[in-house]
Amino acid sequence: MLVDDTTRVLIQGITGREGRARASLMKRYGTDVVAGVTPGRGGQVVEGIPVFDTVREAWEQAGPLDASVIFVPAPLVLDAALEAIDAGIRLLVIVPDRVPLYDVLEIIAAADRSNACFIGPNTLGVLNTGRAVLGMIGGQVASAQSWFLPGPVGIVSRSGGMTTSAAYYLAKEGIGTSTLVHVGGDMLVGLPLPSMVERFETDPETEAVVLFGEIGTSQEEQVADLIEAGRFTKPLIAYLGGKAAKDGTRFSHAGAIIEGGRGTYQSKISRLRGAGAHIAPSLGDIPRIVGGLLQQSDR
Amino acid sequence: MSRLHEHRSKALLTTVGISIPKGGLAGTAAEARALAEEIGGAVVVKAQVWLTGRADLGGIRFADDPREAEEAAASLLGTNIGSFAVEQVLVEKKLDIAEQFYAGITVDDRARAPVAIFSRAGGTGIETVAAGSPDRIARHRIDIELGLRPFEARNLARETGVHGDLLRSLGDVLPKLYRLARRVDARAAEINPLILTTDGKLIAADCRITIDDHAVYRQTDLGIEIAREFDHPATELEKIAWQVEKDDYRGTFYFIQLDRGFRSGEGVIGFHGAGGGGGMISMDAAHAAGLKVANYVDTSGNPPASKVYRAARIILSQPGIDGYFASGSGVASQEQYHSARGLIKAFLEVPLSVPAVVRLGGNGEEHALALLERAAEHLPAPLEGYGKDDPAEACALRLRELIGSYTPSEKRPSKRLTPRADKPYRFETVSGGTVTLDHKTCLDCQSKICLETCAPNILSLENGVPVLNISREEAKRGGCTECLACEVECYLHGNGGGHLTLPIEGLEAYSATEGVD
Ligand code: SF4
Ligand code: SF4
Repeated sequence: MLVDDTTRVLIQGITGREGRARASLMKRYGTDVVAGVTPGRGGQVVEGIPVFDTVREAWEQAGPLDASVIFVPAPLVLDAALEAIDAGIRLLVIVPDRVPLYDVLEIIAAADRSNACFIGPNTLGVLNTGRAVLGMIGGQVASAQSWFLPGPVGIVSRSGGMTTSAAYYLAKEGIGTSTLVHVGGDMLVGLPLPSMVERFETDPETEAVVLFGEIGTSQEEQVADLIEAGRFTKPLIAYLGGKAAKDGTRFSHAGAIIEGGRGTYQSKISRLRGAGAHIAPSLGDIPRIVGGLLQQSDR
Repeated sequence: MSRLHEHRSKALLTTVGISIPKGGLAGTAAEARALAEEIGGAVVVKAQVWLTGRADLGGIRFADDPREAEEAAASLLGTNIGSFAVEQVLVEKKLDIAEQFYAGITVDDRARAPVAIFSRAGGTGIETVAAGSPDRIARHRIDIELGLRPFEARNLARETGVHGDLLRSLGDVLPKLYRLARRVDARAAEINPLILTTDGKLIAADCRITIDDHAVYRQTDLGIEIAREFDHPATELEKIAWQVEKDDYRGTFYFIQLDRGFRSGEGVIGFHGAGGGGGMISMDAAHAAGLKVANYVDTSGNPPASKVYRAARIILSQPGIDGYFASGSGVASQEQYHSARGLIKAFLEVPLSVPAVVRLGGNGEEHALALLERAAEHLPAPLEGYGKDDPAEACALRLRELIGSYTPSEKRPSKRLTPRADKPYRFETVSGGTVTLDHKTCLDCQSKICLETCAPNILSLENGVPVLNISREEAKRGGCTECLACEVECYLHGNGGGHLTLPIEGLEAYSATEGVD
């Protein structure tokens, strides 16, 4: 889902500290990284990957590009993302943290207009188990190879660490994963939990989905809406963080008007449970619950 | 999210041509009186605190003349409303109200856009109205590329039954409010109430603007001290922590104090999470184990060891903590030995005098755990390291057990002082630190472990001692990543010749007054 070993990938900001390190991870895990871009650094080669000055040039020289992984500093993300969309790239993975909200809004508008989509910002990215990774899930290729096992469970999470943890704990019990996605930690992301859950619905390799949610925003509630509307029908195992968080940092009247009673730990749990999702009381319970559900669906 | 005070928000409104009541800011009762005299007639005296529902908490007083205004200011200034101290009051002309509206702009995650909200039911009860009769509230999704256009604002107002001249003036105010929100990167900007006066003018009686934390760097004019939204005024330690975070873009460090004024023996621990999700479940685990947390800290996004070190020093500066719990998601993509080194440097320096459980699963975990084990031998209090196969819940319970069975030694353990350097070789680092390699000690060092463990590989052997293989300028520009190998690995496996001084502005002074060091 989203990426496989035939996806032709560009890395923007490839000559920076993170870009360089993650280029190596992506390539060695099996991702077809065909080009890198850093304005002013055209002509260099990083990890055997040719570097170009602009995305257009990369497209012309290295052939069509399906996805771009962005590692530039947060203030430069908007420009990099618009450049990629303008050049015709349809999937972006925006790794950096602290991208201004209005910049994200502009990227959303540009992506919508061009039929493109993006994961992040503030994301570890997406990993199709055993085939390809966009971003930095696993950190190093040896870890990504030993932690994750191919199989039928999709993972979608608002926390990067929980994405890898959930996959690792499943693999330890012999349960494999299809695609792992960290949607990004910010309040506004390109493909939030509900969008990902819909993609998992149509992904033939995914039989069940593990979801890690958090307090704030309405993403989990929207997932519950999808289940109730019959638009997500596979088993969903949800685990939420933030039970002990102090309730009551009230953002504003507007936030309260928009969110109503939504956004709290309790409201999210009860909405998901009411819609028929399986709630895992702790991380350690996930493999047991998933294992049971997979057995049921086999019969 | 960084909230602006009412008076700051209102000053911004005037820059786009939205009217506000005549008035000014007073820090003393006498100033309030003078303002009231200047304004003339009845005034309102409003405490400047970041709270919703200020009126119900007694933060707003009406005064008919300057003497009453002075009294009102005197009764507000210096008091506390919620957890906020009132340092200033806003003295404004009292308006003759014909009608009260609500007008707001907020970025909505469901709409994936800014949304304009308008209601005729303005005032403090707006949430109740929203919950009870949503039809009295009109919303409009704003196209970020087109902005909010006057006709859209008129449509919005019309939906709530407004017409005539008023419709025209509302069609003017809302687009102005949006332009302002956009200009200052406001996550939310709301005028509540927006007053229609008896003589037909629209005036913003109260305004609340919240700036996007991530955009504070480009909103320097707003003078935001800390780009964080707290439900209390920033504490001394929070300010110190923000100084650490502010200019260091490598990874994230978030620090908030949740509890203060507790004492040793009450089971309150210093909490050090890594990653939002992992941090939250670890905090949940600490609570489930019957521990209370003094603070919430997140160091994540691949922070350098130096940032983790500074975070740990700040956590350990909270007086009265009974333990230290560092725990993230369990399977981190970042290299965990960086965090281990940061923690160890802090633990050795202070030194750690309460039990600590450190859960560092993920990349480089074996290395991280081996370091912790070695460091534990040098510490007066127990330190245990755990990895990805150890759940947060079990680790939290283990810490509780350690705290229960721990008796601190009678005599204060001496702290590790900056080692004396006979033949110092020095260079500066990117966050204002200094690396000192004592070449006298280095010469006798068998392992020379700094050479192989220096993460960016910038040290080389020359005449039997380690020196930079890049220029001092390059090292200072970030070539030295402050990975702490030449101190921590050196202390545990070398000859102890390497040391980093990493200043934390204000921490020493804080510790001196709070009695912790
Ligand atoms: S390990 Fe320490 S003592 Fe040995 S050479 Fe390096 S800095 Fe000097
Ligand atoms: S000199 Fe090398 S080992 Fe020492 S702190 Fe800097 S990067 Fe780390």
